[in-house]
Amino acid sequence: MNETGKNRRKKFFGYLKAHWQLYVMILFPLIVIFIFAYGPMYGILLAFKNYKVSLGIWKSPWAENFGMNNFIRFFNNYNFMECLRNTLVISLYSMFAGVPCSIILALSLNYAKNYLFRKTVQMVTYCPYFISTIVFVGIINMMFDIRTGVLGSFFSDHFGVNILGSAELFPSLYVWTGIWQGMGFGAIIYIAALAGVDMEQHEAAIIDGATLLQRIRYVDIPAIVPTVVIMMILNMGGILNVGYEKVLAMQNQMNLSSSEVIATYSYKVSLVSSFPDYPYSTAIGLFQSIIGLILILITNKIADKISGISFI
Amino acid sequence: MRRKIISQDKVVYFLNYLFLVCLFCIVLYPIVYIISCSFSSGDALMAGRVKLLPVGFTLDSYKAVFRYSSIWTGYKNSIIYTVLGTLISLVLTLFAAYPLSREDFQGRKIFMGIFLFTMMFSGGLIPSYLLIKNLGLLDTMWAIILPGSVSAYNIIVARTFFDQTISRELLEAAQMDGCADFPFFVKIVVPLSAPIIATLSLWVAVSLWNSYFNPMIYIDSSAKYPLQLVLRRILLMSQVSFDSSSVDPETIERNKYLSEMLKYGTIIISSLPLMIAYPFIQKYFVKGVMIGSVKG
Repeated sequence: MNETGKNRRKKFFGYLKAHWQLYVMILFPLIVIFIFAYGPMYGILLAFKNYKVSLGIWKSPWAENFGMNNFIRFFNNYNFMECLRNTLVISLYSMFAGVPCSIILALSLNYAKNYLFRKTVQMVTYCPYFISTIVFVGIINMMFDIRTGVLGSFFSDHFGVNILGSAELFPSLYVWTGIWQGMGFGAIIYIAALAGVDMEQHEAAIIDGATLLQRIRYVDIPAIVPTVVIMMILNMGGILNVGYEKVLAMQNQMNLSSSEVIATYSYKVSLVSSFPDYPYSTAIGLFQSIIGLILILITNKIADKISGISFI
Repeated sequence: MRRKIISQDKVVYFLNYLFLVCLFCIVLYPIVYIISCSFSSGDALMAGRVKLLPVGFTLDSYKAVFRYSSIWTGYKNSIIYTVLGTLISLVLTLFAAYPLSREDFQGRKIFMGIFLFTMMFSGGLIPSYLLIKNLGLLDTMWAIILPGSVSAYNIIVARTFFDQTISRELLEAAQMDGCADFPFFVKIVVPLSAPIIATLSLWVAVSLWNSYFNPMIYIDSSAKYPLQLVLRRILLMSQVSFDSSSVDPETIERNKYLSEMLKYGTIIISSLPLMIAYPFIQKYFVKGVMIGSVKG
């Protein structure tokens, strides 16, 4: 408590002398992360500028309206509401359909008593997770092709819909194929949580005459709530950056009105466009990052208040 | 009353099995379907006659894949990027995670904060692109390998593992014998960390092997394309170019659906390495997810 600053510094240098190797070790990943994660943060300045390639980021003049012009342009653009709506629909739909599916699978596997059967189902349901986005979207396109695909021809013959070409059905197609791919993998974490449930609680419940469904409701579900909360917090931050690799790969001219999300829009106005607008795209990206950060902090706070679980 | 409850449980158990069997079929069906398609004749494919099993069994689609040279260039590139990228990422992750797992490490809160912040906020697409461009890394494999090589999440997972496995006594005993930190890390920590090294390598390797967005924006020359970009051309953009030297015109004439058939063959060939390795590696994946689920 009474240590002077000098003393403390001396102690620190003593530590440094004995353990300099630890600092050398951590230096390498630090350098990489400073260049490739913090380096781009300098480029954020671009969002507030009128970029002139010849002048570079620093010397380019500030944008109009106190540097906020790029943001104003985005908010006033007719694409903005559509992109924002599509982004929210896709990510919330994914989350609220995907998490329960994984939980149901985990509960179901937990009560499948035959070991070999359970392992087989587990293995098969994890499997699609390893299929790459490109191959996966390729498979979707093939299966839902209205002429040659087995599901596509079925739906087009019986219901007269072209699933691949329908903007209305795009969110559902995206979410349910995503569940097909990720449900098994998402269940792992809940299976682990269920394995941690105290067997004594189950035994006590059985003695009290609880049915299986009651035990699930009153013993298992409360036990996995903390895990669910943490997963929700982690998901919340990414709510505006939906896995756009898959969205981008699934886009076509016909579903564009519901498949254009903020990330794909910002990619198109910059790197694909014949008149690349870097500051505009940067502003969109920054908007996305900031909302993400705010959402993480808010959900974290709420979760902390309600259940005492926080991540940060 | 008691008998009724038990019989209700039996029904629930039965329904549960039924549910899992249905699920099993739903997940397996598309995979079986694609495999069957890859062995079917072009006419059957185009008429949509394949439902479950191959129709008009043929190996033509695989023959087409083997003659299509850019797939194999992509394969080679992907292997190089994946192996090198995984090695680099692994070394960097462990180098960050070990000091951070040491309770006595001064400044570990600050360092941890520096890594954690990157999980919550990033510069975004264009700033990253301009950085890579200004560093002169465009159209090189480093643009694919380096930016994602240090992941805060992987560091947390590795750190949690070290916390649990490397006991304080072990460190103290080694320090007693005059063992410095780095030799301790190399001689004691690394050999004890085989499970986490396996898990992290697999995570990184699979995500590098499967990624397409970064290669798409950073790699221009098709000779450097990783497999996923070649696949994107074939599967999503339907850009298939048979140069006449690799496929004789007769074959094209005989089988006008060759480019369609090529798609099914490529799906199988490109997913094969992971699918073969999958039963052996899945337990490490599962392990990693569970370590990661322990509060960071």
